[in-house]
Parts: sequence; C-alpha cells; structure tokens
Amino acid sequence: MNTTRSLASQILLLFIIIAVCVFPFYWMVTTSLKTQIVALEAPPVWIFEPTLNNYREALFEDGVLRTLINSLIIAISTTVLAIFLGVPAAFALARFEFRGKKDLWFWFITNRMVSPIVLALPFFLIARNLGILDKHITLILIYLTFNLPIVIWIVTDQFRGIPYDLDEAARLEGASQFTIMRKICLPLAMPGVAVSAIFSFIFSWNELMFGLILTRSEAKTAPAMAVSFMEGYNLPYGKIMATSTLIVIPVLIFALLASKQLVRGLTMGAVK
Amino acid sequence: MRGQVSRRTVIGFIAPAVFGLAIVGIAPLLYAAWTSLHFFNLIKLKQVKFIGLENYWTVLTDEVFWQAMGRTFFLLCTALPLQLALGLGIALVLHKPGLTILKTLARLSLVLPMATTYAVVGLLGQVMFNQKFGVINQMLGGANINWIGDPTNAFAMIIFWDVWQWTPFVALVLLAGLTMVPGEVEEAARLETKSWWTVLRYVQLPFLLPGLVAVLILRTADTLKLFDMVFTLTRGGPGAATEFISLMIQRVGFRGFDQGLASAQAIILLIITIILAQIYIRVFYKEV
Repeated sequence: MNTTRSLASQILLLFIIIAVCVFPFYWMVTTSLKTQIVALEAPPVWIFEPTLNNYREALFEDGVLRTLINSLIIAISTTVLAIFLGVPAAFALARFEFRGKKDLWFWFITNRMVSPIVLALPFFLIARNLGILDKHITLILIYLTFNLPIVIWIVTDQFRGIPYDLDEAARLEGASQFTIMRKICLPLAMPGVAVSAIFSFIFSWNELMFGLILTRSEAKTAPAMAVSFMEGYNLPYGKIMATSTLIVIPVLIFALLASKQLVRGLTMGAVK
Repeated sequence: MRGQVSRRTVIGFIAPAVFGLAIVGIAPLLYAAWTSLHFFNLIKLKQVKFIGLENYWTVLTDEVFWQAMGRTFFLLCTALPLQLALGLGIALVLHKPGLTILKTLARLSLVLPMATTYAVVGLLGQVMFNQKFGVINQMLGGANINWIGDPTNAFAMIIFWDVWQWTPFVALVLLAGLTMVPGEVEEAARLETKSWWTVLRYVQLPFLLPGLVAVLILRTADTLKLFDMVFTLTRGGPGAATEFISLMIQRVGFRGFDQGLASAQAIILLIITIILAQIYIRVFYKEV
C-alpha cells in the first residue's frame, strides 16, 4: 500500500519535472507557428492553424539566415582556435612538472569567474581603435577568454587518464614530447577533445553581450539579431519566437549529445 | 624522472595558450585600468584627460553602484536557496531505484534549460509573462498581473527564470554526488533508520559537499556575470528594479557613454570577484 503510493508520487513528480523543463520550449515553438493576430490574442489560444510564415519572413526577409551563418562561422572558428591553443597546454599541465603550474591553474579558474562586462568595455575601445568592430575575428578572439580555459580543463583531465607507460615506451624509441602528444596521447584523448569542442561551441553560440557590443550588421550574431526585433511597439512575437527556435535547436541537440559530460564541463571538473 | 622536462619544452607547450589568453584577457584589463584613471566619455573624446583616482572615488561613494551590488547579492540569496532545495528534491527523486525509462527522460529534459541561450530565456519570458496575452497569467486563472512593469513582480520573474534555468544544474550535480555513495553503505543505513533525513544528513551529505561547494562558487560567479537574460527580459527595469551589477556597468559605459567611470566600476567588480574567488578557494578547497 505504502509502496504503491510512494511509487505513484514518484511518477507524478517525474512528470512534473519533465513538464516544467519542456513547457517553455513547447510554448516557444507553438508561438513561432502563430500569425501575429493569433499571437496577440488574449487570453492565449492553444489550438490554432499553424503557419511557417514567421520562419520564412525571419530567415529570408529580415536576414536572420545571415546572422545564423555569422554565429556558425564565429562559433566554429573560435572552437578550432581554442583547441589548437589549448591542447598543448593541457598536455603540459597533465604530464610535466614545472614552476608556476598552480598559478596557471588559478588564473584559469579566475577567468571563469570574471564578468564579461569587465572585458567588454576595454575590448570595445581597442577594437574601435584597430578598426575591427563588426568583424568576425573580434568575436572569435574575445570568445577565447571563456573557451580556452574550458578546453584546457577538460582535455587536461582526459590526458591525465591515459597511462604514463605509453609515453615511456615511446620515449625509449626516441620520440619527442610533441610526437608523443600528437601520435600517442591525442588519439586516446579524442573523446575529451570532442566534449570540450561541444562546450566551446555552445558557449560561443549562446553568447549575447559581446555580440551586442562588438557587432553592428556585418558580423551580427543570431542572439543579437533576436534582440533587435524587440524595438518599437507592436512586437512581432511570432517572428521573435521563430528566431529563438532556430537559435536554440542546434544547442539543444549538442547538449543532449554531451548530456553525460554536461555537469562536469559546467563545473570545470569540480564534480567528478 | 617522470614529468621532468626541459624548461624550453614546457614553454613550447604552454606558450600558445598563455599568449592567447594574455592578449584577449590581460591586455584589455590593463587598458581598462588606464581608462579608469581618465575622464573618458565616448561623445566627448576630445576632452580625454588624466584625473587620477577620481572615478574610483565617485564609484565608491555612488549609491547607485552599491544598490546594484546589493541587488545582485539579494538575487543570489533568494535564487540560490530555492535552487538548492528544489535541486536536492529532484536529485533524491531521480536517485530512487526503479522507473528507469521515465528517469532517463527526466534527466534528458533537465539538460534542456541549462543549454538554452540566455537571451532566448529572456525573450521567452517576455512572451510567457506578458500581462495581456501571456500564458502564465492564463494559468493563474486569468489573473491580470503586470509582471514586467512592476518592480517587485519583475524581480520575482527574474528569480523564476534563474531558478528554471539553473535548478537542473544543481540537481544533476547533487545527483552525481548521490551516486558516489557506496550502495552497501546506503542500504545498511536504510536498514537502521526509516528517516530519509537521517540518511541524507549522516550518509549522503559528505558525498554532496564537493558538489555544493562547486554550485556555491559557480552560482556566485554567474550572478555577478548575469546580463543576457535580464537585458532581453527587462533591460534592468522598471526603473532600476532589476539592474544588476553587469547591466549597470553596461548602461554607464555604453548608454551613458562614460567609459572612464564604467571602467572604474568594472575594475572594482573585478577586485571583488577575485577576493571572493580567493576566499572560496581558501575556505572550501582546504576542507573538502
């Protein structure tokens, strides 16, 4: 009797958890399929004739497609760059003993905590002086401030899990440290590299503030575009939700792919 | 000996990353420090001049700055306990044996809020909490609550979305801790007592501590960083009701054009962040 009741309450609780997590997405997608007239009906309607007009207009008439492509270019470039710069550092942190190793680690952790607005102010002035406002490269570089630490953290952890004997064997054969990293350890660390790439992509793709401050039109990112619909009266809610859906779908797919590692990535390994 | 390599090898490996972070992370900070010592207004660029620590004095005696700081910590102190309580509840429900498929589904749905673009959360908030055609008021039985235009309600709405987005994170972190408890130990404890509270307090809590510390550190950092979601939802309004520290600095620097003052605020925020990080790491990582 008691167990049946506790089982029933467990099932109910699980359903509530799922509903609360998923409902906003349901509402986002359905709103994106409403015409402006339906979207502004009060109280809101749940059953209506869906239309893809918002997507068509947003993508092709308002230029959301281009901002999505910008976001894609920026997120992929910064991820590749972070991995190229980060993997050797991760290898050093995992394999070598050297002075200042602790300080380096503290520096990375602090980087994770610093508010981006602290960097946005000077970066805006510097970019303006160098004439690189509204260019992809500006965002690609500034996103390194959060991508590089996360790549280094996750990949270091992965390298540590690889038995040292393999290195020794290769060393006796006369391989350099770089060859050991590239030929022996890196192939084995690929899962970690992939996960860190997914994180780096998600963080860059989701970022709004730098995009808002450092771009105008040429390199405008998708979240900045979504926000620019919010000006004036009579907001195009259907279109805003259509753009939001287009932004969110790829990250959700990636997040589900990496769901097992998500917690570790977000805590930078503080939780094993 | 293992791990001993020449200094040149070490430098060769870490230089690209250190160099990269120095350019994008350190150089701007130095520039911000320089800006903060000047009268530096974006629309009066001809009048840039050195004014020493005047900007810092202005910030330290500025009520608006400390109000924004207080508001930020007030948000942390209201949202975090909710996230911890709900997160612990969810973790315990997911930790119970049985119902594998439903639990997997729940775990996957928990991933969704965390990954959602912060700006999109804000936009969703605008749509769902709209006074006239918002679904939240409809669900509250056709209530006519002005969420976005009323200071207290707007703050409550920010808490709601922060809790919605980050409770899953707390839940999954704590769940990871719960699964670390050795099965035999937990079973033995359950034979001894029927009270779930006793089991939680004396058996499971020690395993939850590292996760709780991580949550505390990261939620503090993220609240100080909070910008995207609030910017898209309320822009800090109405009035200054939801103007948290990062939003305030952005307003002063880019909507008020006073880069010198904003840089001083940013540097002070940076110092506060570093002090907090130091305290957290000292206090907690020693014990855990």
